[in-house]
Amino acid sequence: MENAFGLIYTGDASMQLRELTFSRSVAAVPFGGRYRTIDFMLSDLVNTGIYNVGIIAQKNYHSLMDHLESGKEWDLHRKRDGLFVLPPFVTHDNTGVYKGTVDAIRSCMGYIRRASQKYVILMGSHTIYNTTYNEMIAEHIASGADITIMYNRVGDYDMSEQFDDLRIAFDEDGRVTDLALNPVRPATEFASCDAFVMEKTTLEYLVEDAYAHALNDFTSDVLIKNVKNLNIRGWEFKGYVARINSLGSYYRHNMALLDKDVSKELFSSGHPIYTKIKDEFPASYVGEGQAVNSIVADGCMIEGRVENSVLFRGVHVAPGAVVRNSIIMQGSEIGENSSLDNMILDKNVTVGVERTLSGHGSYPVIIRKGSKV
Amino acid sequence: MPKKKMIAMLLAGGQGSRLGVLTKSMAKPAVPFGGKYRIIDFPLSNCVNSDIDTVGVLTQYEPLALNAYLGSGQPWDLDRMNGGVFVLPPYVSGSSGRWYSGTANAIYQNIPFIDQYDPEYVLILSGDHIYKMDYSKMLAYHVKKKADATIAVLTVPMEEASRFGIMNTDGEGRILEFEEKPKEPKSNKASMGIYIFNWRILRPYLVADEDDKNSDHDFGKNIIPKLISSGAELYAWDFKGYWKDVGTLGSLWEANMDLLGSKPEFRLSDKEWRIYSKSPAMPPHYLGADSKVKNSIVSEGCVVYGEVEKSVLFTGAHIGKGAVVRDSIVMPNAVVGEGAVVSKAIIGEGAVISKGAVIGCEPTPEDGTYDTKLTGDITLVANTVTVPEGRRVPVGMIVK
Repeated sequence: MENAFGLIYTGDASMQLRELTFSRSVAAVPFGGRYRTIDFMLSDLVNTGIYNVGIIAQKNYHSLMDHLESGKEWDLHRKRDGLFVLPPFVTHDNTGVYKGTVDAIRSCMGYIRRASQKYVILMGSHTIYNTTYNEMIAEHIASGADITIMYNRVGDYDMSEQFDDLRIAFDEDGRVTDLALNPVRPATEFASCDAFVMEKTTLEYLVEDAYAHALNDFTSDVLIKNVKNLNIRGWEFKGYVARINSLGSYYRHNMALLDKDVSKELFSSGHPIYTKIKDEFPASYVGEGQAVNSIVADGCMIEGRVENSVLFRGVHVAPGAVVRNSIIMQGSEIGENSSLDNMILDKNVTVGVERTLSGHGSYPVIIRKGSKV
Repeated sequence: MPKKKMIAMLLAGGQGSRLGVLTKSMAKPAVPFGGKYRIIDFPLSNCVNSDIDTVGVLTQYEPLALNAYLGSGQPWDLDRMNGGVFVLPPYVSGSSGRWYSGTANAIYQNIPFIDQYDPEYVLILSGDHIYKMDYSKMLAYHVKKKADATIAVLTVPMEEASRFGIMNTDGEGRILEFEEKPKEPKSNKASMGIYIFNWRILRPYLVADEDDKNSDHDFGKNIIPKLISSGAELYAWDFKGYWKDVGTLGSLWEANMDLLGSKPEFRLSDKEWRIYSKSPAMPPHYLGADSKVKNSIVSEGCVVYGEVEKSVLFTGAHIGKGAVVRDSIVMPNAVVGEGAVVSKAIIGEGAVISKGAVIGCEPTPEDGTYDTKLTGDITLVANTVTVPEGRRVPVGMIVK
């Protein structure tokens, strides 16, 4: 057990995820055939030995609550600690809508104060990776830092996808000397993974102080403004990081799972990723049905052809249908002799017979949840 | 403890010796089935789907795998404040104590467990059958007939009737006679080993049977005939649907094959009657660019680079490049190496078929003679065994 608790902020603006976040928060966006992005954060925490997790819900959190239920799938239905969903509420000094991350964290001060752990890991909900935080916490303690930021090295970057891109510069001692949010020309290749370790009392102080000065955003008003005053350090994560910050990156990171090395990194057996169990029958391939270079979840019935695609639970591909380079979410139906290429189908989409739908690799087309084509 | 209308007692002590090495270290109900399930998931899910929330599981043979699997009962929604799933092994009491000597004795030894709930009815189930059944319908029939006991029966082909316990009934469904494996069957209504008893009626019979030195303490052989002869009201409830005793390697293989196809013999994709199981938290399966999977079912965590036809791949199975798997069952986390060929075989949990090995090939004189009494034409590789590179295993052989 680590002497830490997790605080996950799920109120991120929906950015460029378009239809994916019309009816759900980023944390509840389906990923990788059977997961939602929050599964990675929760599993990382639990695999670290952290069993006290607060989830700050902001808006559209119905599907998130639906997914989390009591937290039992992550072993977070506990008598001591466990899972706490913290939705906004109206009080005499709170309108019910958070003005920003500072306001959001402040409104769950009650939960934070009650947490018995010394350290907190503050996380966003759109950065996916598989790790444990034990080493990061140990380094944080050893270095005497006020805040330790998890980061990784990013290569070439499509600026149109830039969102919440916090770049970090270090001095030779490893202390952070500069933080830049969404720089047009990033000065470094070190980008924040949206996870911060600090003492609980540090978080309490920084948030109360920012609030008192009418500051709202944790990244720009607390971190960036205090680079000089605080001992901020970094912890490098060397594994695969998927930033779900645009429809394009969402598509790319799902497709990346078809790469054996990437899927191994995200689903390494030592650190399983837990999710809500649906008790579907295994996938069934019948008649001429076949899939190649694809990820197929339980409950699928494949009677047509599937290539280079990610199929979520309970998808039906009818005879003669061809699905290529596409992401098909839970419960969608692809009618006979229809053809899909470079498409993202949200949950429960029905494609009739002999339809042809096609996007482009650089601009996949998304069909909204529950649509009939 | 609050009174329960009906509780279930699941007989899971069977060794399942006809399943050969598959049950060497686990009881039959823990044997994997259907890609992601274990046999016991079927009676447990049937209970939950029939609104039965208290299930006693009677174990005595190799209970570790089963105990570990059942845990708190959470996967079946049986982690309850009042009721739930209970593993009931035999125990020592005072200076005495003994193993369960028969199905009736197993229930007898657990009378105190049942009495806690003061149930009106007790449902007796066995842990080695694959089927979907709504026990609440059977109970409704039992209540309507004002029966003392009701036995679920399946209509089997007349020529096979002599393999079963046969119920001879009158036009109303009242059981007049019970014959265990009759040479000349008078009816083709076979007992499925599923009974509902009025607990008030059954209890004294269990006590009396325990004192009978000549009894085998078996429901079919002793309790049912005694109830009939003493004039109790026993009724047969006709079950229509898929039911399979998976007590042999042949029937286990067949029952798995019955899941294949777009209109399978046995359909498990029924949203109204889900079969629950413990999830191993694995990602969806991956089929490689050169893989060929036809007419098969594939579970979470599988990785397939080779060719698979008419087979059932269990959770976490790995099929290497150029490997061919046909008409086979590959159990959880088993590995079929590059270029290996597997035909009509059962590959046990965690077994490794190394590169180029051939499982289920034509026998040659060098293979000598080996016993195929249990296997017939199915080749069996035991759990966690490694078959060395290039090794040929002939049809019907057991590798342990």
